[in-house]
Amino acid sequence: MSNHKIELTINGRQYSGDVEARTSLADFLRDDSGFTGVHLGCEHGVCGACTVTVDGRAVRSCLMLAVQANGATVVTAEGLAAEDGTLHPVQQVLMEEHALQCGFCTPGVVMTLASLTGEGKQCSKEQLEGAMSGHICRCTGYQGIRRSAARLAYNAMGDEA
Amino acid sequence: MTMNSPGDRSAGILTGKYIGQRVHRKEDPRLLTGHGQFVDDVSVPGQLHVAFTRSPVARANIISISSDYARDVPGVHAIYTQQDLAEFDVTMLAFFLSPPDVKTTPLADGRVAYVGEPVVMVIADSRAIAEDAASLVEVEYAEETPLVTIDDARHGAPVHPGTEDNISAQMGEEEIDEDLEALLQAAPLRLTHKVVHQRISQSPMETRGILADPEGPKELTLYITCQSPHAVERWTSLALGKPDMAIRVIAKDVGGAFGLKNHPWKEEVAVILAALKFRRPLKWIEDRYENLIGANQAREQEMTLQIGLDNDGKLLASHGDYSCNNGAFPQLSECNIAVHMFMWAAYKMPAYGFLTRGWYTNTVGYAAYRGPWAMESLARETALDVAARRLGIDPIDIRRNNLVTLSEQPAMSCMQIPLEDVTPAECLEKLLGYFDVSAFRREQAEAREQGRYLGLGFATYIEPTGAAGAMPIMTGELAQVRIEPTGKVTATMSTHSQGHGTQTTMAQIFADRLGVAYEDVSVFEGDSSRGGFSPGAAGSRQGVIAGGAAILAADKLAEKVRTLAAHLLQAEAAAIVIDDGRISVAGHPDKSISLAELANIAYGEPDRLPPGMESGLEAQHRYQPPPMTFASAANACVVEVDRDTGFVKILRWISSEDCGTPLNPAVVEGQVSGGLAQAIGMVLLEEVGFDERGNPTAATYKDYMMPAISDIPTFEFVHANTPSQSVGGMRGVGEGGAIIGAPTLVNAIADALAPFGEVEVNLPLTPAKLLSVMEGRDLTPPKVAAPVAVAPVTPAAVAEPAPAADAEAAGPVVIDGDWKMILSTPMGPQEMQGHFETSGDNLSGYLSSPEGQMEFTGSVVNGNNLVFDLKVTKPMKITLKYNLLIDGDKITGKCKMGIFGSAKLTGERL
Repeated sequence: MSNHKIELTINGRQYSGDVEARTSLADFLRDDSGFTGVHLGCEHGVCGACTVTVDGRAVRSCLMLAVQANGATVVTAEGLAAEDGTLHPVQQVLMEEHALQCGFCTPGVVMTLASLTGEGKQCSKEQLEGAMSGHICRCTGYQGIRRSAARLAYNAMGDEA
Repeated sequence: MTMNSPGDRSAGILTGKYIGQRVHRKEDPRLLTGHGQFVDDVSVPGQLHVAFTRSPVARANIISISSDYARDVPGVHAIYTQQDLAEFDVTMLAFFLSPPDVKTTPLADGRVAYVGEPVVMVIADSRAIAEDAASLVEVEYAEETPLVTIDDARHGAPVHPGTEDNISAQMGEEEIDEDLEALLQAAPLRLTHKVVHQRISQSPMETRGILADPEGPKELTLYITCQSPHAVERWTSLALGKPDMAIRVIAKDVGGAFGLKNHPWKEEVAVILAALKFRRPLKWIEDRYENLIGANQAREQEMTLQIGLDNDGKLLASHGDYSCNNGAFPQLSECNIAVHMFMWAAYKMPAYGFLTRGWYTNTVGYAAYRGPWAMESLARETALDVAARRLGIDPIDIRRNNLVTLSEQPAMSCMQIPLEDVTPAECLEKLLGYFDVSAFRREQAEAREQGRYLGLGFATYIEPTGAAGAMPIMTGELAQVRIEPTGKVTATMSTHSQGHGTQTTMAQIFADRLGVAYEDVSVFEGDSSRGGFSPGAAGSRQGVIAGGAAILAADKLAEKVRTLAAHLLQAEAAAIVIDDGRISVAGHPDKSISLAELANIAYGEPDRLPPGMESGLEAQHRYQPPPMTFASAANACVVEVDRDTGFVKILRWISSEDCGTPLNPAVVEGQVSGGLAQAIGMVLLEEVGFDERGNPTAATYKDYMMPAISDIPTFEFVHANTPSQSVGGMRGVGEGGAIIGAPTLVNAIADALAPFGEVEVNLPLTPAKLLSVMEGRDLTPPKVAAPVAVAPVTPAAVAEPAPAADAEAAGPVVIDGDWKMILSTPMGPQEMQGHFETSGDNLSGYLSSPEGQMEFTGSVVNGNNLVFDLKVTKPMKITLKYNLLIDGDKITGKCKMGIFGSAKLTGERL
């Protein structure tokens, strides 16, 4: 098993690691870097719980190797809220809409929505809800997630502002 | 602030500044920012990791185990089999804390009984190394023929050597009681309704996992994803039989449970024992593949329900015959008497009898799943709709005519369940006030004319919740609360949230009852060393019982605050008002003190307290509620079934539920919605399947289809809040959606397809099954890969060809010659060419296909009807019986293929 040195930015800070080639990005983030908010629900790319952003795009970190993230900028659910603890708008809306129960799938939901919304992003309600079909939530029946997607869509943000 | 008196039903439901409001959840900020603490997020110094070598066969004796190669993997510390763990003599207790009916061990003990059974465990530096090594363990098996289905279990050799048969549990009468039979026979309509429920994986998003940390020989700390740290502590203590060991169980956040995580089972116990033996902290985190094959599963039940009704749809008598596949090592030998207890509990049913059985098979064992007795509602509510269609009665009326209404209570059900305040009939009326049924029927009729199939389904039910005292493992709840010297409120509860939001709902109660801001209340739970004993999340009990305890503990503390404040402010206790953390005297705005100031005096200046008052501001109360509190509901949904694809689109769903006092309507709706989504998964998508060798056929989420957002509609809620008799008036709401959802949806689908005939209730109702109903033929994919030429088709689905009576009158039939024919099998159409020669009534010829040519002789022709047999030997010996009709240049008919059923044939003259 070959080992590889990697350097990457996680939630705004520099990290380096010496990883086996087979180490997934998810395992590196959880076990080597301490970002346990990256949750592993299926480890075969279906449930979406492990979603993080890599260079701004939502990625299933269970399907990406840590070595592939060398030089990349990674953001996890831990890295979204402001330094004073103010929740990211996606997190705030999900809380207001009771879009989570056990919270295990939630970090992935947060990251996908965060990657598709905000400044310069133009996702409709339908597009956001479509993106949510890649996240399995066993608790909520998706009611609050659907309401959140509607509120976070570009055509709804006018009312939000 | 004015406050309803708890337990005073005339006061209506409990409300307040926070109770009854959709306040934000206390749990959310940590969960949204990735700071939840799930079991795999916990690490302790020196921990090692565990992986299991699992059985690849469903039934076998273990001949040998060799771990030589595995031991050589760098980073491996130890490899254990059951022999290594036998010294602990652990008792794998059932859910009700009784010893198991069959010998159950953490690792396989010389024999395996299901695919996925853990046989060997590896302890290593990392999970990856442990998995590498586990895959190198060599186990030799002497395989036997497994029993997979309930039907296999009825006839096959016992799964567990030394037992007489495969019945794991049985209650009721083998034969229907004579008097009951007479009532059924005398009924103008005697309906026999069969319901088959597939096996379900509870599928919490967080799989099972444990970190067992032995702290010397006398202390053990377990971090485990579970439904109640206290219940796990109790179970583990009894299972280990080490009364001198201090066991502490911690579970801060749990990623869903749904009945799977009531107590440890094989793998978790193996990890605990191995940690004690190896004297290092050991962690095992299940992966999804293991969860789908190795974690105990739920449902897989069959019910044959007989109902006798009069011509107006009045219920006369009923009998239920229920079976459940318990797998090899069930967490409870389940024949589920609750199915029968609650079958007709809310209905005016004069007489009911039953036979109920659980069966051992060579599959992974049974465990609970949200509403474990839900089969009663599925069987009853779908049967009522079938009866309504047979009798030409509206499905609403058949329920109206038979439900026990509030004005008819108190009443006693046919199974001696006392009813005092159940409201399914009232929930139904409330629902009907919200949904225009006649407008829908008009829309449905118009749609049918356009070839679109809309359906409306109803279901009503009651559910026992908040049980305490009826079963020894279901107890009351303790609430402990204190006002800190800072003026903030801290409560310690034995509630446990796997998404239930109990930190939120309990904080709402404390804030209201103590007159403080919600933000100033912190609720701690998830640690068996804190709080009182409680079974946690099971049986929809926490809101009802812990809610009552929180109210009573808070009221005790508020009383002390009033007494102390009255003493300090020289006022009457009755005049003391506590609001937003400030204490004042009514009518005296100058007399006021903050809660923090009062608390500082209470803790630090005992001389200033009234004579005899205990120092501090702390209170606790253990609440013992009524033995059972019923929740009720009526649901309706509207579907469209696509005529071409068989796909079901859910257009509307309305839930009218009675949970008494809703502590937080958003939490209540969240519980109901989650249950309904699981019910939709049961009816349309999810299925744990096995092949004939007992191999699981859904081992990933690509094969086990979990409902996604695109499968779930927006639910509409009608709250019918009838206060219960428990303190606060709450009724349990945790399981109801999963119970009532399935019959509601099945009934809507059956209503949509009524023009085509009845829909067999055999879940899941896949597009293929629904297309079969609409096409009048079986399009269900075969369970077993059958030989191509003899693919299974249900004989009943193919119409028997009848010789045309007027064939001769229409002119001479020309049979001789070559015909191009297609045999329709579920494997796809099979093309072949037929050559027929007649001589009088004798027929001979051959059929040819790319696979070869088969001749037949000595067959009969009768007018336009050709009947001939073909004996084939490949891929197996079987006689194919053709029965065909010729009409001009067209040929139609069927081919009977022995045990594989029949296939339809069409063709034309070449």
